Formats: sequence, C-alpha cells, structure tokens
Amino acid sequence: MPDVTMQVWRGDAGGGALEEYQVHAEEGEVVLDVIHRLQAGQANDLAVRWNCKAGKCGSCSAEINGKPRLMCMTRMNIFEPGEAVTVAPVRTFPIVRDLVTDVSYNFEMAKRVPAFAPKPREPDGTYRMSQEDVERLQEFHKCIECFMCQDVCHVIRDHEDNKANYAGPRMFIRYAELEMHPLDTVDRRPLLRGQAGLSYCNITKCCTEVCPESIHITDNAIIPLKERVVDSYYDPVAWLGRKIRRRGRRKATG
Amino acid sequence: MAEYETHDLDVVVIGAGGAGLRAAIEASAQGARTGLVCKSLLGKAHTVMAEGGIAASLGNVYPDDNWKVHFRDTMRGGKFLNNWRMAQIHAQESPERVLELEEWGALFDRTPDGRILQRDFGGHRFARLAHVGDRTGLEMIRTLQHHSVHQGIEVFMECTITRLLITDGHVAGALGYWRESGRFVIFRCKAAILATGGVGKAYKVTTNSWEGTGDGHALALWAGADLIDMEFLQFHPTGMVWPPSVRGLLVTESVRGDGGALRNSEGRRFMFDYIPELYRAETADTEEEADRWYTDRTSARRTPDLLPRDEVARAINTEVKAGRGSPHGGVFLDIASRRDPDYIKRRLPSMYHQFKELADVDITAEPMEIGPTCHYFMGGVRVEADTAASTVPGLYAAGETAGGMHGANRLGGNSLSDLLVFGRRAGLAAAQHALGRPRAAEIDAAQVEAATTHALAPFGREEGENPYAIQQDLQDCMQRLVGIIRREDELKEAQQELAALKERAKRVKVEGHRQYNPGWHLALDLDALLTLSECLTMGALQRTESRGGHTRDDYPKADDELGKVNMVIRRREDELSIEAEPLSQMPDDLKALLEDPH
Ligand SMILES: Cc1cc2nc3c(=O)[nH]c(=O)nc-3n(C[C@H](O)[C@H](O)[C@H](O)COP(=O)(O)OP(=O)(O)OC[C@H]3O[C@@H](n4cnc5c(N)ncnc54)[C@H](O)[C@@H]3O)c2cc1C
Ligand code: SF4
Ligand code: SF4
Ligand code: FES
Repeated sequence: MPDVTMQVWRGDAGGGALEEYQVHAEEGEVVLDVIHRLQAGQANDLAVRWNCKAGKCGSCSAEINGKPRLMCMTRMNIFEPGEAVTVAPVRTFPIVRDLVTDVSYNFEMAKRVPAFAPKPREPDGTYRMSQEDVERLQEFHKCIECFMCQDVCHVIRDHEDNKANYAGPRMFIRYAELEMHPLDTVDRRPLLRGQAGLSYCNITKCCTEVCPESIHITDNAIIPLKERVVDSYYDPVAWLGRKIRRRGRRKATG
Repeated sequence: MAEYETHDLDVVVIGAGGAGLRAAIEASAQGARTGLVCKSLLGKAHTVMAEGGIAASLGNVYPDDNWKVHFRDTMRGGKFLNNWRMAQIHAQESPERVLELEEWGALFDRTPDGRILQRDFGGHRFARLAHVGDRTGLEMIRTLQHHSVHQGIEVFMECTITRLLITDGHVAGALGYWRESGRFVIFRCKAAILATGGVGKAYKVTTNSWEGTGDGHALALWAGADLIDMEFLQFHPTGMVWPPSVRGLLVTESVRGDGGALRNSEGRRFMFDYIPELYRAETADTEEEADRWYTDRTSARRTPDLLPRDEVARAINTEVKAGRGSPHGGVFLDIASRRDPDYIKRRLPSMYHQFKELADVDITAEPMEIGPTCHYFMGGVRVEADTAASTVPGLYAAGETAGGMHGANRLGGNSLSDLLVFGRRAGLAAAQHALGRPRAAEIDAAQVEAATTHALAPFGREEGENPYAIQQDLQDCMQRLVGIIRREDELKEAQQELAALKERAKRVKVEGHRQYNPGWHLALDLDALLTLSECLTMGALQRTESRGGHTRDDYPKADDELGKVNMVIRRREDELSIEAEPLSQMPDDLKALLEDPH
C-alpha cells in the first residue's frame, strides 16, 4: 500500500486542530495500526486510548471522517485511496488531550443505577433460567462500553446542561437488562421517569446506528422501557407480570 | 518531602481485572477502607478479552464431575509443579464463586433444565467451563464492575503505580502517577494487593494489550518479594497469523471445544502424531473415536486436538518447521467443514465477527490460519496458598500476577476461576491484616523522591533513545531467543542483548509534556518489562529440562529431580539471584487423587 495521509486532531482543553501526517500503511491494517505507527515515529506523545485491538474492550472510540467508530475495527481499505483520513476525538465528552476525552460522565451515570437484587436461590442452591430468557438479555450484556451511542445522542451531544438529568442510551440498556432480568426484584421505573431522563429520548435511533455490537438499543431496550414507565402509572401488576416474561415485537439479535 | 496528593486507605488494590475487582469487593465487605487503582478505564482490563469460560466443577453437564477431578486435571496439566494447596482450594471453591457471579447478575448460557451450561476445554476431563458464548470475560468483568459500584470502593482510574513504598520491611504505601495530568499521587495504606495481570508485552506476537508489562511482578520484586516459576510461559496454540495487523490475536480454544480440528498443509489431523505418554490412556487414537467423543463420553476418548496447550503449541511449531504449515506460517483450524454455519455463528459469534472484519475470512466457509501466540505467565509472586500473602509483610498478590497455582502449564478456563477464588482470598486476608494494624507506617520521603526523580529524568534529556524503539527491540529479542523452544546459547545471547537494552533504557528520552503522554508512560513501563524479561531468561537458563510451558532443545526430557523444585528469584542490593527450592509435600489423600481413573 502507498503511504496514507492522516489528519489527526491534536490539542487539549484549551484548543487544537487537525494536523496532517504522511504515514506508511500495510495490507490488512486498521486505523489504530496507523495511529500506532505515528506514535512510534513522528508523534511519540500522541494521546490515544486502546486495549484489546479486537473490538472487545471499547477503548478506542473516535470520530473517523466524522463518524464514530472503533479505531481497531476500521480497516484502512474502506477509504478512497489518496484521500485524507481524519481522526478526531468523540465530541460529546470534554477533551483531555488529542484523541482522549473525559468519559467520567458515563461512570457517574452508572453509579446512579440501583444494584441488581436477586430473589433467593432454589432449594438446591441453583438459579433456574431458560436459555431463551437469558438470550434476550445477553444482547444487552454484549455492550463493550465504547460510549459511542452516548456520543451521538443529540440530547447531550449539543446540550451540555442536559447531562445532569440524562442517563443516555448506554445506561438505558443497563436499566433494561436489570428491569427484564428474571431474577431481579427492584423497581427502577420512578428513577427512569425522573432523574434518568428517559422521556428526553425521542427515539431517533442514532444510537442504534453506531453501536459496534449491533445492539438494538432503541427497539429492544428504550421502547420497552418507555412502555413500562407509562404502564406503571396505571397498572402496577402488569409490571410484575412483565418482569417475569415478555416476548414478541423484538428484533432478532444479529 | 514535596507535597503530593495523598490518599489514606486500609487496603489498596493495584489492578482492576477480575482478580483486583474481586479482591476489592471482599476487602470492602470486611469493612476495610479500600481503593482500587488501574492503568486503564474501569472495565478494560485483559479479563474483558477472555472468551472461553470459567472452569468450575458444577457438574451440571456431567454429574460425575467434582473438585477432586478438577484438582487432578489441574495438577496433571501443570506437570505436578503446582502449589498443591492452591490447586486444591481453587478446585473446591470455584463452583461457589461462579454461582456468586450469577447472584450478582451474570447471565451464563443454560442447560435444558435451566442451570449453568458447561463446555469442553483442553485438559479438563469433563465439560466444565461456565460460559457466555465466546465473551465470558466481558460478562465477568462487567458483573464485578457493576457489583463493585455499590460497595463503597474508591476507584482511581488511569492511574499507574510505579513503586511500592516500604517502611521497616512492611508495606506503607504505593506511589503512582495520573495518566491524564502526569502528576504523582501517593496511596498510604496498611496492606496492598497486586493484581496487575501478566507480561505478554515482552513478546512481539501476543494476545496481550499494552497493559501487560509485568508491573505487579516487578513492584513485588523491587519491594523484596520472591518470584517463582518465571520460566513457564504459555504460548496459546491458536492465535491469528494473517494479516500482520492481527498477528497474535486470540482464537479461542472453544473453536476446538465446539468441534474444530487442526490440520496441516497436507490436510492431515496431525495431533494424532503428538499424543504424550501422560495422556495416552485418555486420548482417542483414531479420527472416528475423536469425533464420536463430542457426543459420547462413555465409549469414546477425547480428541487430541484438545490436549493441554503446551502440547498443542509445540506440535504446531514442529509441523511448521517441518514445512507442513499454512501459507502464512501457521496451520489450519477447520470448523467450517465440521459444523453447520448456524451452529458456528451461535456458539462462536465473536470469532466469526473477528475473522470476517479483520481478515476477510468466513469461518463458516473456510478454515482459519492459526499459530502459537504468547498468552499467559504461569510464574509470578510467590504467595501463601490460603491468604495470597507474599513474602513481604502487608503485600498480597492474586490472579495472573501470583505464581504457583498453575505449575508448569495452565489449563484453559482455570485463570478466570483463579481470579475469583484467590482475588477473594487476597481481599479477605489483606483486610484482616490491615484492620489489625492501628495505623499505616510512615512513608519514607527518600523513596518517594528517588522514584519521582527517576520517573521525570526522561524529560530532561537533550539526546536519547526512543522508548518505542527499545520496546520493539526487546520484543524482538524475547521472541527470537526466549520463545517456545529454548537453548542455552540463545538464552545467554538474550541475556547480553537485555543488558544492552537496559543501558539504552537509562538514556531514554521523551517528547512533549506530562499530560497524557503515551511515550512517557511507555518509558516508565520499560523498567518492569526489562526486569521481567531478565527474570524469565534467568529461569529458563536455570531449568535444564523440558516441562509444560518451558521447552529446552538441549534438555528435551523432563527431569524428575527438577520436578520437585521451584526456581525462586529475588533481588537483594540491586542484584537478582535465582535458587531452586523444594516444593511443599502433598498429603497422601491428595496424591491418591492424581492416579489415572481408567
Ligand atoms: C484474549 C484472551 C483470552 C483469554 N481467555 C481466557 C478464558 O477463556 N478463560 C480463562 O480462564 N482465561 C482466559 N484468559 C486469561 C485471563 O483472561 C487472564 O489471565 C486474566 O484475565 C488476568 O486477570 P487479572 O485480574 O490477573 O489481570 P488483568 O485482567 O490483566 O488486569 C490487570 C489490571 O491491572 C492494571 N494494572 C497493571 N499495571 C498497573 C499499574 N502499574 N498500576 C495500576 N494498575 C495496573 C490494569 O490496568 C488492569 O486493570 C485469556 C486472556 C486473553 C488475553
Ligand atoms: S434514540 Fe434516544 S437515546 Fe438513542 S440517540 Fe436518539 S434520543 Fe438518544
Ligand atoms: S450500547 Fe453499543 S454503542 Fe453504546 S456503549 Fe454499548 S457497545 Fe457502545
Ligand atoms: S482497542 Fe478494544 S475496542 Fe478497540
């Protein structure tokens, strides 16, 4: 492969700009490989997060040519030869340096989610759950916390002040997996109605589009949560029934 | 002493993988004021990458399974060099630890009657691995992470510990820096737990991330603790080999557990040619029997594709050397011709995705190309089995950083269970130790000044070495000279190269400033990486035999006498020394369990 032109955002909280580099790239490489080559040569102090380099840890999110992507799962051969590739930090979180942002908002929101509280074990010391029930929730457990859904959600992308009262799509998944867990006994709906800000979401589905794990965030987590929150005003018994079993109208995981 | 940000804690846990998280949860539950420090964000440690599963003899699939069989399998896999007491505790306690994860919200795959499903892995006599598809580590770390949020643990993310502070022989604290600001921070404490994972970054082809630089091992050694078994290194037999960008990336053993077979360029299932004596009685010797075993455990013996990892990695190495390898220097792993596409996608979703996205290979239609990759360090900090206490008072170690549990070779799935069992025990013992001490020891200002001066030195140099270049040369040296097959002359050559690299590292120079500067972070990581590479090479030279994850070309057989000793490395007055010390004696009732049941 010929050398590639990379425009990488360099700077910190005080400001910055795209800087252009010519870098060598090899067959089969991903954006993160090229960033690493830059680091090892022309830009030793280029700040970037990564861990697994296999799309499993969710550390390396960035906006590549304006789209949120994992740097380690974005192949260089998807770009037009000869055209510059821009790599910028995700926009919704405050800049720390270069491609690294302050994602502490997400960890703060995670703290607000009331803990899982299971019913007691069966007399033989086990918990019984069917594969089918478990599989529905495993979709949510695939989340690698790349926070790209949080990045694109317009409720907070352009409105810093909404952050205090909005959990965001990543955390809605977390609420959904707990609310639908066959063993759980806690009711988190008042929180969803209030501090978690579920009603701010107007189902634009931007979050679902960027999820690298193809989680159907809106259809399978947010909409069912919204239904539960509404239902509960009228019918607390329905909530109980749903906790135990709920099927249908779900997109298949893929 | 200059003013540094200081936190007062009872217990500081260094590392937030499975071991560190479990330790912190336990220490906090005991009432100790607990801090959890990690180099990356919470939830990104290696543990998140684990795929196959957690070994525990729940007996859900094969009711005949129990801790005794698990103990036996672990000892045999470790070539009997394991700390038997650790192997015993591990086998006994892992089922309860897995059930506990479930109680904290984990969702394992299920059996038809709704219990936790278990899958086959190499060296385990029964299907024993509790799992979630092929992303078990993610489930485990997320469950622990979510559970820990409500336990009152103070979390310090993106903070790297560079020194333990020792006063009068006891742990007094830990010194680190914030990656974000580059500022130093001191954790004053009564006990510290090392749970920093492994040292895979000493090699070029590895499954490990940038974090695997052996920091905990080095911190322990520098603080005066003993390391054992450093020569035993697990090369996982199946890493990706093509394209170069993903070389080393793990291909989970579940591929073989779920039906995949290894073949050479002639299409031969070569593992039948490499069945060692120890496993002959329980391994199939025809393809027909091996294939039948997947569904019939009573009349068929297990496939040789699932021999322990050291055996399979060596066999692949031999095939490639003999010219029977695949185009890119590996061998073939074929599940496409053996299982239908739906099954493959359901059982191995992330493998399917990984090959499709990164190598343009559809594993439901064509074979994978795979080869050995550096994966796991069996060696580590010498600990007391029941408490995970190191030889330094107030210092504990758990998970991959601790040594002894896995002996000369670890069985797949036995790490995740190890993290839970000994993470918990380390947390318990450290908390009890801390709560029994009226106050933390005084911090020795001179130690802090020396360490911070050393850490900042690379900024002051006008001329100097690029840290990335040193790391690359180090990885190249270890890969070439201290790889799967070792020889005295090459090991000595490695020692010379390492000495030269150490000199170069003294002149390392970094650009820019202290704020989130990966070049500087790497420069600091080199200290541990170089120290550990030295230890590994030293152990490999000393052990003049072949056993488990240590193979000597010049000593191809196991030596019974060396099978009774650990190689112990310590550092005194800046000098490393190595000594063979006898293993502790196993009680007779446990010895009886090691016999072949056939
Ligand atoms: C790809 C892959 C797949 C695997 N699959 C399996 C499997 O299926 N089953 C199994 O049993 N095992 C598996 N293993 C092995 C197992 O995952 C690891 O051995 C295990 O996760 C190690 O856990 P740990 O808690 O000891 O450390 P890690 O998970 O490695 O965590 C180390 C922690 O220490 C922190 N740290 C390191 N240095 C410092 C420092 N200086 N200061 C502060 N913090 C520091 C890091 O930030 C991190 O939080 C796999 C390993 C890999 C790499
Ligand atoms: S669907 Fe809701 S959560 Fe998702 S991006 Fe749109 S507004 Fe945000
Ligand atoms: S839901 Fe998807 S996009 Fe959002 S954090 Fe999780 S993996 Fe990332
Ligand atoms: S580095 Fe882990 S997802 Fe990219």
